[in-house]
Amino acid sequence: MTLEKPGFIDPVAEAQACFRLVLRTMSSPGQIVTLANPVAAPPLTPATAAVLLTLVDAEVSLWLDEPLADSWDWLAFHAGVVRATDIGSAAFLCTTRLPPLAEVFAGTDAAPETGATIILQVPSLEGGKKLTLYGPGLETPIVIAPQGLPADFVAQWEQNHRIFPRGIDLLLCAGSSFCALPRSVRIGEG
Amino acid sequence: MAYVAVKGGERAIDAAHDWLARVRRGAPTVPEIKTDQIAEQLGRAVDRVMAEGSCYDRDLGALAVKQAQGDLIEAAFLLRAYRTTLPRFASSLPVETSAMLIHRRISAIYKDLPGGQVLGPTYDYTHRLLDFALAAEADSGVAPAAPLPPAEPDQTPPAVTPRVLDMLHAEGLMGAEPQSDATPGDITREPMSFPAERDIRLQALARGDEGFLLALGYSTQRGYGNSHPFVGELRMGDVSVEIEPPELGFAIDIGRITLTECEMVNQFGGSKTEPPQFTRGYGLCFGHGERKAMGMALVDRAMRAEELGEDATAPAQDIEFVLYHSDNIEATGFVEHLKLPHYVDFQSELETIREIRRTSQNSTDAAGEPL
Amino acid sequence: MSRRLDEFWVTMLTQDFLNRRRTWMATLARADRSAIEAQLSAEPALPDHTRLRGPEAGLVMVRGRMGGSGAPFNLGEMTVTRCTIRNARGQIGHAYIAGRDGQKAELAAALDAALQDPEDGAGLEARVIAPLAEALVQADNTIRAEAEATRVDFFTLATMRS
Repeated sequence: MTLEKPGFIDPVAEAQACFRLVLRTMSSPGQIVTLANPVAAPPLTPATAAVLLTLVDAEVSLWLDEPLADSWDWLAFHAGVVRATDIGSAAFLCTTRLPPLAEVFAGTDAAPETGATIILQVPSLEGGKKLTLYGPGLETPIVIAPQGLPADFVAQWEQNHRIFPRGIDLLLCAGSSFCALPRSVRIGEG
Repeated sequence: MAYVAVKGGERAIDAAHDWLARVRRGAPTVPEIKTDQIAEQLGRAVDRVMAEGSCYDRDLGALAVKQAQGDLIEAAFLLRAYRTTLPRFASSLPVETSAMLIHRRISAIYKDLPGGQVLGPTYDYTHRLLDFALAAEADSGVAPAAPLPPAEPDQTPPAVTPRVLDMLHAEGLMGAEPQSDATPGDITREPMSFPAERDIRLQALARGDEGFLLALGYSTQRGYGNSHPFVGELRMGDVSVEIEPPELGFAIDIGRITLTECEMVNQFGGSKTEPPQFTRGYGLCFGHGERKAMGMALVDRAMRAEELGEDATAPAQDIEFVLYHSDNIEATGFVEHLKLPHYVDFQSELETIREIRRTSQNSTDAAGEPL
Repeated sequence: MSRRLDEFWVTMLTQDFLNRRRTWMATLARADRSAIEAQLSAEPALPDHTRLRGPEAGLVMVRGRMGGSGAPFNLGEMTVTRCTIRNARGQIGHAYIAGRDGQKAELAAALDAALQDPEDGAGLEARVIAPLAEALVQADNTIRAEAEATRVDFFTLATMRS
């Protein structure tokens, strides 16, 4: 077991600080936020690692894709996660490639809050195809251009948005920064 | 009914809290009570607070009792609030109450039982006369424990004290407890829904109000729910708690807790598939709480009525009624919220009553006689 | 160094080692911090260590069994403090102990690491853990003696039988 890599140095304060950032970008979709105290835990980037330590614990199930599978021990030790057996049963997914959103649990009408959260580790939050975001939390539409999203992302998101209040929330992480695409946001191309 | 937000009153609230602190402290001429004194000398209060606060920690229980001036429901509330600030690391392996370090263990159905009847530190057989020696200033002079008899070299104490109900089960006269390794439901994570299974019911009862369970258990004895219970076994003592941390991969003992366990024996007339036999009601709670464990066992059995094909007509047999009203923190919240400002609600009711009276008065005036 | 490691792994893998480790972890969990510190006062200082996790306080959900022997249910939570350290010799020590004493958890984790040492561990176990375990057995025996003194033999009166 690799226990060598530390987690948060000051778990309570750092998790609270990171949680504030998650709240800020969730309530202002697409806003890029940056960690003050990055966590080094390759193959996870600092933002992915910090977001996972903040959001997952021994009571939620997590699914990791193959390139990130080396992080299981580290996560089990510092966050105490439960491994999800498949994509559809996970409460959180942490991946380097977006799985088809239709395969991810989107909650139920009685409990839409149980819809999964995907933490997508992307190469960069800039320099990709332009996306226009509008909806709750955005007074005027904003444009983001993250790399690493699938070609049919906008169409998949349209479907995800249509089933609101059910749906999937997405956090895009690159380096020490991340931004959120909550299920409430609408996304247009260009 | 709804209440409204009001502004103002901060100064009054601050002053009220200051006064509360002084009232809690009491006369400055009397030494302040220490939490370790509460933990050691008011242990049964701490036990109840831990059980109903659903959080085992003697130091925190003692602090809560002190902070709440001995109001045990308020203290349990403080403990419940505190526990929400802590992460949950793990769930334990099921505790083995048969391996308990026995302080007390009695049975009302067999006088000669393997392992024996052990009275332990009990209030049973005391005279219930106030002992004014305890009110004297000096130390009340409790006799120290008798010295240990010399240990016999090859006499290792038995690791397991057999259960009385297992003896009935071995004879085929007692229904078996269903076995399962399924993860039990957790009312602290998922809201209750009905019909509630027995795992959920037992969790709710274990943190339920002692007075409520006592009264409901009593009601089943008085005819509200057809039961004729016997205390099959009542035991109190210490058990080890084990968890299996993933980074270790094996189970470790993290320390001991005191538990009280009660197994009630009730008659069961049998059904199409089952011969007449005895059935169990089960009670288990943190600390030394016999009244609580017995009340819980009676109510657990009463709530099994439907499962056993009996008529479920009495309050104690109504699962939804029992579970929705057993939690004194919830009950306190809803009853005490009536103290909050309901000015707008009440204004509207006042208007309605006045309007009805006006209308009624007008028709009386018109018709010359009351409606 | 590699021989030392080989020996270490052979030891690690034996059931005997596992049982001993479980015993010392249980002993450290139950013993008072002051009692552990008293046992350590005559020992050379434990190797320096760095914290890998904690000490942090949390909860364990305690489970019981229906009827004492049936399917599990959630009884209620208890406080627990955990700590993981790595000492200067590279050994990793873990502790999970009831209550909220972070200092005790860290001390127990440091001891768990030191006790795994192929050279010094057994001696430390004999000098520190064994007396603590013995004191706990004595405490249990006191309870057993108190309980024994309250054991009764009820007898039923003949008139009640007829």
